[in-house]
Amino acid sequence: MCLAIPGRVTTLFDQNGIRMGTLDFGGVKKDVCLACVPDIGIGEYAIVHAGFAIGRLDEAAALDSLREFQAMEGAAP
Amino acid sequence: MKYLAEFRDPDLASRLLAAIRRAVTRSWVIMEVCGGQTHSILRHGIDELLPPEVELVHGPGCPVCVTAQETVDRALMIASQPGVIFCSFGDMLRVPGSTTDLLRAKSEGADVRVVYSPLDAVRIAQENPAREVVFFGIGFETTAPANAFAVQAAQRLGVSNFSLLAAQVRVPPAIEALLASPGNRVQAFLAAGHVCTVMGCREYPSIAEGHRVPIVITGFEPLDILEGIRRAVVQLESEEHRVENAFERSATFEGNPAAQAIIEDVFESTDRSWRGIGVIPNSGWKLREEYRSFDAEGRFPCSELPRSATTACRSGEVLQGRLKPPQCPLFGKECTPRTPLGATMVSDEGTCAAYHRAGRFTPDTATHHAAS
Amino acid sequence: MTLAHGGGGQLSAELVEHLFIPAFHNATLAGLADSAILDRPSGRIAFTTDSYVVRPLFFPGGCIGDLAVNGTVNDLAMCGAEPRHLSAAFILEEGLLLADLAGIVRRMAEAARNAGVQIVAGDTKVVERSRGDGCHITTSGIGFVADGVTLGPNRARPGDVILVSGTLGDHGMAVMSVREGLQFEAVIRSDTAPLHRLVRAMLDASADIRCLRDPTRGGLAATLNEIARQSRVGIIVDDSSIPVRTEVRSACEMLGFDPLMVANEGKLVAVVPLDRANDVLKRMRREPEGQDAAVIGRVTAEHPKRVVVRTGIGGSRILAMPLGEQLPRIC
Repeated sequence: MCLAIPGRVTTLFDQNGIRMGTLDFGGVKKDVCLACVPDIGIGEYAIVHAGFAIGRLDEAAALDSLREFQAMEGAAP
Repeated sequence: MKYLAEFRDPDLASRLLAAIRRAVTRSWVIMEVCGGQTHSILRHGIDELLPPEVELVHGPGCPVCVTAQETVDRALMIASQPGVIFCSFGDMLRVPGSTTDLLRAKSEGADVRVVYSPLDAVRIAQENPAREVVFFGIGFETTAPANAFAVQAAQRLGVSNFSLLAAQVRVPPAIEALLASPGNRVQAFLAAGHVCTVMGCREYPSIAEGHRVPIVITGFEPLDILEGIRRAVVQLESEEHRVENAFERSATFEGNPAAQAIIEDVFESTDRSWRGIGVIPNSGWKLREEYRSFDAEGRFPCSELPRSATTACRSGEVLQGRLKPPQCPLFGKECTPRTPLGATMVSDEGTCAAYHRAGRFTPDTATHHAAS
Repeated sequence: MTLAHGGGGQLSAELVEHLFIPAFHNATLAGLADSAILDRPSGRIAFTTDSYVVRPLFFPGGCIGDLAVNGTVNDLAMCGAEPRHLSAAFILEEGLLLADLAGIVRRMAEAARNAGVQIVAGDTKVVERSRGDGCHITTSGIGFVADGVTLGPNRARPGDVILVSGTLGDHGMAVMSVREGLQFEAVIRSDTAPLHRLVRAMLDASADIRCLRDPTRGGLAATLNEIARQSRVGIIVDDSSIPVRTEVRSACEMLGFDPLMVANEGKLVAVVPLDRANDVLKRMRREPEGQDAAVIGRVTAEHPKRVVVRTGIGGSRILAMPLGEQLPRIC
């Protein structure tokens, strides 16, 4: 149910009335349906499953999470 | 920012593990529902890094594991009709029906095609107007927007030779059913982060309060899973039972309204049979009246499907965490990854497949499965 | 392609005379006898055969023709043999475009020239249109093995080091990138290449190499499991040491593939005694086919017949023998 990966929007276009975009997944480009994220813009990241962007990635939230982990103590040496 | 490598950082992983170790004082049983999370746990070797008090149970979170055998038989029946192009995600090709599977049917001449997206199936239908094209619409809520949209697109574009074999399932009713079953050992859940990206978290507070279990919305990378476990352990240790979102970069409480609208337009609730578990009321989606003409079940009526043989497969108990694979009399003998009898052996993430791969043929209480 | 082209009559003769002979260009083949007569070496002969089926026939970095030549050259090279002569048998589907066949044959000729081998015998049959694979090629190969060379998958010993000659997963993902229904855009090219010169250089650096294998179908996972099983040893590899190109990794993430199970057509895995490992590695890196060579793991007496991967976060997982072709997944 859950294989979804982040991709960066590089182009936006319409195909047969469907909102689409070309997304860059770490060097691999694939066209993805953006019907579920109609407001997404070029340069933003979406989370993509089965050829559909199912959500937008929040960079600030991601950085917050990483900062929280960084603040945790390491294991005793 | 790539959003992948950062969430696999080994130093941050070790900090999270240390935090879990500091928090834990007694044994806990935590279930991760999603097959994608199970895959990540196995791939990165997470469960053996956890303190022994934390037992992870791999829940029924993968379409491979839970799609009813009868549905697979129906898919096989449709795929074998002359002229049909049967499209499916790759996951389902090796899942055994009563007598065979889609991959074997393909080798025997059925036109079975693996697609990456349901829209590819609609395109195939457009390119083959004289053939009936059927898409195997499995999946949890994560996949529902894609499957629903494909039907909308087919209707809008007039692709009348396209139909959907709807086999959608939903997570919250499955969690409820698990919690209600006798012998349930699960004390906390890691909810599926991608499902919640679509649906939001609204269905979980009532479950958390009603059954007094912590539910942590969890992502898929190693750091996400460790953080989900950490928060679950912290709650368990302090006897809390709240819904927490540990996947805020992707999931919000409301979820994705555009995706939900697409689902709402096309699907309505229905009972579904889960392989190894049985019928769970309102645990699935079927096509609404307005889209019923795209229903493959209606287009290809089946008078006689092979009756689901009552097999000795006990994957249901495994999925619920009540049975360890070595405790099953068929494990490693009649039932192996090459000759799977049930879903938990077919799927790479399946608990039985994982145990077999690790060579763990004797029953023991630890879930640590890598050779040590 | 029509059925008549394989019938042994006029059209067959024309195909041989106007396509195969000029392309493969050697006196033995041009003799058009029923068998090629070859000179016998004084030492041992290596002999191998393999069939090639790939869809689509043409992919970034090559085509089925390249695989058919390089694959068999490499089977010989993995035994330490100098490849010499190949045969090529074609089973072609009715409807295959003659231009495509010409392209395949041209690539085979180039690959053979590049590898320094001759295609000295061949056959063509045409079958009715069916699965649409278009073209199957079987090549057999003969090579000469120098005295004293002993390589085998049953020779690995605890303490040995495991090397790979370069990045993994390129070929399989290059094919995936153009596979019907899954197309994606990426700079991933098949790594198809002959490895016998690399092998020669490695054997120069050390006569004690235990085993060489090319991780084709089933990828690194299949190869390591075969070695572990046949040598009755355990193997540990380190995920972070295994070279995989970024685009290949991303493509695998997208489709849910394990790069360690993806086919390679121009890479080798070597098992080398610990004290020779550095020398062999240095020598490999000086060859074009070994520029990205790396140490990826070691052989151990623990967990015999099992291959364990040390993951990036310090955990471990079992690398199982792949059961079949990987399929794109959503779960």
